[in-house]
Amino acid sequence: MPEAKTTGGAASAAPAIELRGISKAFGPVQANKDISIRVMPGTIHGIIGENGAGKSTLMSILYGFYKADAGEIFIQGNRTEIPDSQAAIAAGIGMVFQHFKLVENFTVLENVVLGAEEGARLTPSLAKARQLLTELAKEYELNVDPDATIDELSVGHQQRVEILKALYRKADILILDEPTGVLTPSEADHLFRILKGLRDEGKTIILITHKLREIMEVTDTVSVMRRGEMTATVKTADTSPAELAELMVGRKVLLRVDKVPATPGEKVLDITDLGVIDEDGVERLKKISLNVRAGEILGIAGVAGNGQSELLEVLGGYRHATGSIRLNGEEIDLTGRASDGQTRRAKGISHVPEDRHKEGLILDFFAWENMIFGYHHAPEYQKNARFMDNDAIRAETEAKMARFDVRPPLPGLAAKSFSGGNQQKIVLAREIERDPDLLLVGQPTRGVDIGAIEFIHQQIVALRDKGKAILLVSVELDEILSLADRIAVMFDGRIMGERLPAETNEAELGLLMAGVTETASAA
Amino acid sequence: MEFLTLLQVLDSSVRLATPLLFACLAGLFSERAGIFDIGLEGKMLAAAFFSAAFAAVSGSVWIGLLAGIGASMVLSLIHGLASITFRGNQLISGVAINFLASGLTVLIAQDWFQQGGRTPSLSGGARFNEITLPFADTLRDVAYLGPIYSDLISGHTALVYVAFLTVPLTWYVLFRTRFGLRLRAVGENPAAVDTAGISVIRLRFTAVLICGVLCGLAGAYLATGLQAGFVREMSSGRGYIALAALIFAKWRPWYALWACLLFGFLQALSLRPDAVTALVQVRVPGQFLDALPYILTVVILAGFVGKATPPRAGGEPYVKER
Repeated sequence: MPEAKTTGGAASAAPAIELRGISKAFGPVQANKDISIRVMPGTIHGIIGENGAGKSTLMSILYGFYKADAGEIFIQGNRTEIPDSQAAIAAGIGMVFQHFKLVENFTVLENVVLGAEEGARLTPSLAKARQLLTELAKEYELNVDPDATIDELSVGHQQRVEILKALYRKADILILDEPTGVLTPSEADHLFRILKGLRDEGKTIILITHKLREIMEVTDTVSVMRRGEMTATVKTADTSPAELAELMVGRKVLLRVDKVPATPGEKVLDITDLGVIDEDGVERLKKISLNVRAGEILGIAGVAGNGQSELLEVLGGYRHATGSIRLNGEEIDLTGRASDGQTRRAKGISHVPEDRHKEGLILDFFAWENMIFGYHHAPEYQKNARFMDNDAIRAETEAKMARFDVRPPLPGLAAKSFSGGNQQKIVLAREIERDPDLLLVGQPTRGVDIGAIEFIHQQIVALRDKGKAILLVSVELDEILSLADRIAVMFDGRIMGERLPAETNEAELGLLMAGVTETASAA
Repeated sequence: MEFLTLLQVLDSSVRLATPLLFACLAGLFSERAGIFDIGLEGKMLAAAFFSAAFAAVSGSVWIGLLAGIGASMVLSLIHGLASITFRGNQLISGVAINFLASGLTVLIAQDWFQQGGRTPSLSGGARFNEITLPFADTLRDVAYLGPIYSDLISGHTALVYVAFLTVPLTWYVLFRTRFGLRLRAVGENPAAVDTAGISVIRLRFTAVLICGVLCGLAGAYLATGLQAGFVREMSSGRGYIALAALIFAKWRPWYALWACLLFGFLQALSLRPDAVTALVQVRVPGQFLDALPYILTVVILAGFVGKATPPRAGGEPYVKER
C-alpha cells in the first residue's frame, strides 16, 4: 500500500470515534461485550468478523438504532449521547447500510434531501441539493444523474447515492456496512478509490466487512470481532490475511480450497443452443452451449443478472426454455409436463438454489421437513399409501445434520431459527446426500461466514472427487477461481469464453464479465 | 340527451362525487404513508351519524361538522393504534372499524332519538345550504355557458367546493412540500425515513389523522349536505367505491378527481333511468344502473384497468431491522 500519510500527525489528535466499554444484550444473547475502540481521524478503519460477531450491532449503536446497555461514546473527543439517528447525523456520522435505505421511485435528488430539507417548501431544497451534488461529484468521483430515479440506477450507483446522502448531511465519519457484497470487482475498485479520496480529505471511514482482501486493500487499521468481543486491533500493514482469519474464527482456517487436480470423465451434462425469453419478452439466454463432465466443477462467473439465474432455473426444472439439454446422453424435457424440479431430482439433478430463503427452504417449516423437499415422494419417506414416515425422516435428518455439522443439530427447529451458514448446510445436506449425478449450486456461500465457507467448499470438492459433475454459479470471483476446474464467463445471456483457473486471472475474467472480448481488449 | 337533462345529470354527478372525493383523498393520504385503510366506509358512517346528531341537537351544522370530524378521527386513532403502534393487520383493523361503526351508529341513534336508528330530519341552519355564486342569476340566460355556470358550478353546498379545492391542495402538499416528500417516502420505504432521523410512527399517525379529517368531511356531507339527516348504513359502500377510485387513480390526486367524477356520474345515471333509456334507445333496467358503480368497482379491484403500483410498503407494519 503506497499511502504512508495515515498516522503521524493524526495520532496525536483526539480520536474521531472512541468507544469505551460498550455492551449490548438481546435477551440472553450478548451481542457486544465490553467493546473499546479508538478510530483516528483521517483513516480507514476496518472492522472484520464473522456473521453474528456483533459488528452490525456495534455500528447500529453508533448510529442510534440501539441503545447500549453500558459504555460511553466519544466523538472528536467529546462524550456524546446517541439516542436516535437524528443525533448520530448531528454528530457528523453517516451510515451506508448493506441494504440501501433508498426510496426506489424517488429521484436521486429527492433521496438525498429526504430528512435534511431546508424548509417546508421542497423546491428551494432541491435546487440547493442539486448544486451541492454537482460539487461533490466533481470532488470525489461520485457522478450520479440527480434526476434519475433509484430503480433506474445500477447497484454501484445506488451506493454512491447513499454516500452522497451522508456527505450532504456533512458527515465527517462514514460507516459502510459490507459495501462490496453487491458490487462487481470494478465497481468495488471504484468505491475504494472514492473512500481513499474521502480519507485524504480528512474524513474518517469505518469499513465493516467479512472479506479479508478488502481489509488488506484499503484499510489503515483493522479491528477483529469474534462472538461479541473485540479480539484485536492492529495496523493493516503489520498483519496478514491468515492471521486475521485466525483471529476471526479462533482457529486456523484454510483460505485456499485444498483439492487435487480434477480427473474429468464422461460428459454428464451437455447443453446445446439453450435459449430463454422471459415473461417480459426479454431474451435472457441467447443460445448458449456448455458441458460438464463427471468429476469436474464447472464455474460460471459473471455479474449478477446476466443469465446465470435463468440457466439454473432451466436446469433445475422451473423455467421453460428452447434448445436441448442432455443428461448422461438422455434428452431432458424442457417444456412439457415432466419439466419440474421433482422430476429433475428423480433423474439425478440436485439443486442448491441461489436464494436459500426464497427457493431453498420454507423458513417457517421445521428442519426435518425442509430436509426432504423435492424428494418427499421417495419411497423411504412413506409409511404406507397414506402417511409419511415422520419418525424415519426425523432420524435421517438428525444423521445428516451431524454429518454436515449443522448447529444446533435439532431437526425440530424451524429453518428460520438457524444462522445463514447452517441454513445453507441444511440445503446442501439435502441435495448432496442424495448422491446426484449432477449438482447445481448457486451462490453457495452468499451470506455465510468464513468457517462455514470452508466446510461448504470441502463438501463440494468431495462430491467432485466421487466422480460427480458440478455446475457452480457464483458472483464471487475468488470462489470461482479457487473451486472451479474450468470457468465459463457469462455476460448478457451469452458465454463470453471458457478459461482454466491456472491460466487466467481476475483482471482477464473481470473484462469478460464486463462483456469485453479478447479482440476488443487487445485493440 | 337534451342539454338541460345532461346538465342535471352532471349536476348530481358533482354532488354524488363529493363524498367519494373526500374519502378517496382521505385514503390517498393514508395509503401513501403505507397504511391501508379499508375502514373509510366506517369512518364516513360514524361521521355521518355524529354530524347529523349534533346538528339536530344544537341546530348548528358547524357543530355537527366538528362532531363528525371528531368521531372519524377517533376511529382513525384506533386504526393507527392497532396498525402503527401495535403493528397489527391493517385489513382486520379496518374491517373491525367498519363493523363497529355500522353497529354503534344505529345503536346510539336508537338510544338518543328513538326513531328506529335514524336522526331527526335536519332543516335550516342544521344543514349545509346551497351557495349561489355571484352573478349566477344574471348570467343564466347566456347560451350554454350561462346554465353551466349557474346550474352546474353554482348552487352547491360549501363542502362541495371544499372537496374540489382539496384536490390541488393535496397535490401541492404531496409533491411540493417537505411533509409530502416524507409522507410518500414512508409509504415506499420507511427504513429510509427512519435512518434519515425522522419518526416513522409520527409521520404515519399524522397521515392517518388527516385521513380521519377528510373522512369526517365525507360523512358530514352525506348527512348534512346531500341528505337531511342520518339513516342506517347511509354510506352504502361509498368507502369501498372510494378505495376502487383510489386504485383507479393510481394514488394520484388529480386522477382521483376524475375517477370520483366517473363514479359520481354512474351514480347520477341511476337516478335518471329515463334519460339513459332515451339516450341508448333500449330500456335499461334501473337495477342495472344501480349496480353499475359497484360493477365498475369490482372490475377495477380485479385489476382489469391497467397496472397500478401501490405504495411499496403499504400494508406492512414497520419493524426496525437488526
